[in-house]
Amino acid sequence: MAYVAVSGGEEAIEASIALLNYYRSGTDKDLDLEVIEEKMSLLVDRVMSEAGLYSKRYAALALKQCEGSSDEAVFLLRAYRSTLKRSYDTRVVNTQDMRIARRISAAFKDIPGGQVLGATYDYTHRLMNFSLETEDAPALQKKMRDLVQSQTPVEAPDSPRVSDTLKDEGLIDRFPANDEKPFDVTQNLLEFPAPRSARLQTLSRADTGFISGLAYSVLRGFGQVHPTVGELRVGAVELEVPYLENPEESLYIGDVLLTEVEVFNEADDKNQLKLSCGYGAVFGRNENKAIAMAVLDHELSTTGDFPTQNDEFVLMHGDSLEMNGFISHLKLPHYVTFQSKLDAVRKTRRKTT
Amino acid sequence: MMDKQSMEKYNYAFLDEGSKREIRRSVLKAVAIPGYQVPFGSRELPIGRGWGTGGIQLTLSLIGPEDTLKVIDQGSDESVNAVNIKKFVRMCTGVPVTTRTQDATLIQTRHRVPEIPLRNDQILILQVPLPEPLRVVEPQESVTKKMHAESDYAAIWLQLYESLVKYGKVTISAEYPCLVEDRYIMNPSPIPKFDNPKLHEADCLYLFGAGREKKIYAIPPHTKVVSLAFDDVPFERESFAGKKCRLCGSTDTYLDEIYDSATGERYYQCSDTSYCREVRSKCK
Repeated sequence: MAYVAVSGGEEAIEASIALLNYYRSGTDKDLDLEVIEEKMSLLVDRVMSEAGLYSKRYAALALKQCEGSSDEAVFLLRAYRSTLKRSYDTRVVNTQDMRIARRISAAFKDIPGGQVLGATYDYTHRLMNFSLETEDAPALQKKMRDLVQSQTPVEAPDSPRVSDTLKDEGLIDRFPANDEKPFDVTQNLLEFPAPRSARLQTLSRADTGFISGLAYSVLRGFGQVHPTVGELRVGAVELEVPYLENPEESLYIGDVLLTEVEVFNEADDKNQLKLSCGYGAVFGRNENKAIAMAVLDHELSTTGDFPTQNDEFVLMHGDSLEMNGFISHLKLPHYVTFQSKLDAVRKTRRKTT
Repeated sequence: MMDKQSMEKYNYAFLDEGSKREIRRSVLKAVAIPGYQVPFGSRELPIGRGWGTGGIQLTLSLIGPEDTLKVIDQGSDESVNAVNIKKFVRMCTGVPVTTRTQDATLIQTRHRVPEIPLRNDQILILQVPLPEPLRVVEPQESVTKKMHAESDYAAIWLQLYESLVKYGKVTISAEYPCLVEDRYIMNPSPIPKFDNPKLHEADCLYLFGAGREKKIYAIPPHTKVVSLAFDDVPFERESFAGKKCRLCGSTDTYLDEIYDSATGERYYQCSDTSYCREVRSKCK
């Protein structure tokens, strides 16, 4: 009987949840959280970025709990996040002080502080490495540790922003530092036009696929420009909170890994041209997301008819939790509303026949 | 789902007290301006956005140890999502749950208003997917906000008129817009038109929560709620003329249509399962 589908829910749910464990039971090997953290770090980074919660351990746990689904993992972290008390605001981080692991510019060959290629898949040939089917993990770890040990540390050069040089030349507008308290998108409903702080937070937490696709549309023709990556840097920044006993002093609470991007575009400046900037910054190593964010940040500061110039369109549809929550709700029973729809459809047909 | 032990690490009713207070402040504002959508800082829950998180946040922020909770989905207490929500709220509050509409102080619902009229000591919390009644005619929030402010409702009236011209009927099915206290046009959530009149001059408080869209609105007791209609084309509900519930025989309830795949027959049955059970027990 069709009606069974609506009732008997409780036992069905219990059984369904038990069955989920079955899907994780195909092997007798446990998935160690440390292994996820250390060997699936790009996935962990993506999940932390979309969740807006920086904890490799919890991201790894979430991924383990949901068979590696990135949107389920984001969901778990977000729900956990809303139960946590917020005790402190960190001090403003200046990414100029980042401990750089990688830094490139597609605009200039030579940049102050120099380019650091760092680790990237960009120049690998994407050929399956079948030797990884069986890998000697301890040997790999030892080899890499020895390599690091044998190096002599050198003082890192100062790495001012590439855009600073162009600002000095007057090609990019220089604005005074904005120390206004940022709009908090996690505690307030976005209103439009959205303040830039809200725009940047929303893009930084957005689903990677969604903003990558939107940024691609900008490059392909549904947008203004082909931006130039002025600077992309990946590295660790230190977080500090005011020291309770003496708020003048700061307490170091840890590092976060960031990817930060500035893209440059041509812009109108009365009867001449200038350059304008788009900014992207995301948790972890996630370069395409950071670039996509910078492209969209810039596109949203322009006006026009492309979807990516409409802040409500871009900012309201890219949250992993919201989009997946609403799409998945379509699986819920809609018997009552569908009955009402049927009634409306039948009534119009009765009238015409 | 969390086990009992993990649950002990969480606050009563899951959300922290500050968040609950903030939601209650939005509720007060909503009650003060019937039909107006109050924005609020919607929190993420362990249940999917789009699965009733607006309603759940209202429930969690209002619930206390003296409450008795009822949760229905499509009129049914046993529907999977209703069961799931009830389980979650019970786990983080320990309040008793009931299926009897009369025994509940808080009733959370999706897509239905119970058949039994509610009392003034009861609150009906409706889950709302898309709170904006003007969204069908205008996709941008910044514009619809202005339309509400200016009572500029021409577009939605035009939509009604166009469907009348094209199909000879107003073809909006569920989510039929109403005018509240002659001021704000409001989306009653996807309840069938059948339930719209229950909102008018009711004894109870109706609260509407949209978690994903971050809006709360309300219809306080004894509020004028009128479904949009033209003078010469009155508002029309879903009709079940000549049909009755095959279980309790009711002819004045909203009915689910059911096919028996074995016989190919079509049955009707009360969508409000608790009401249906009540009628049957009285008949015995």
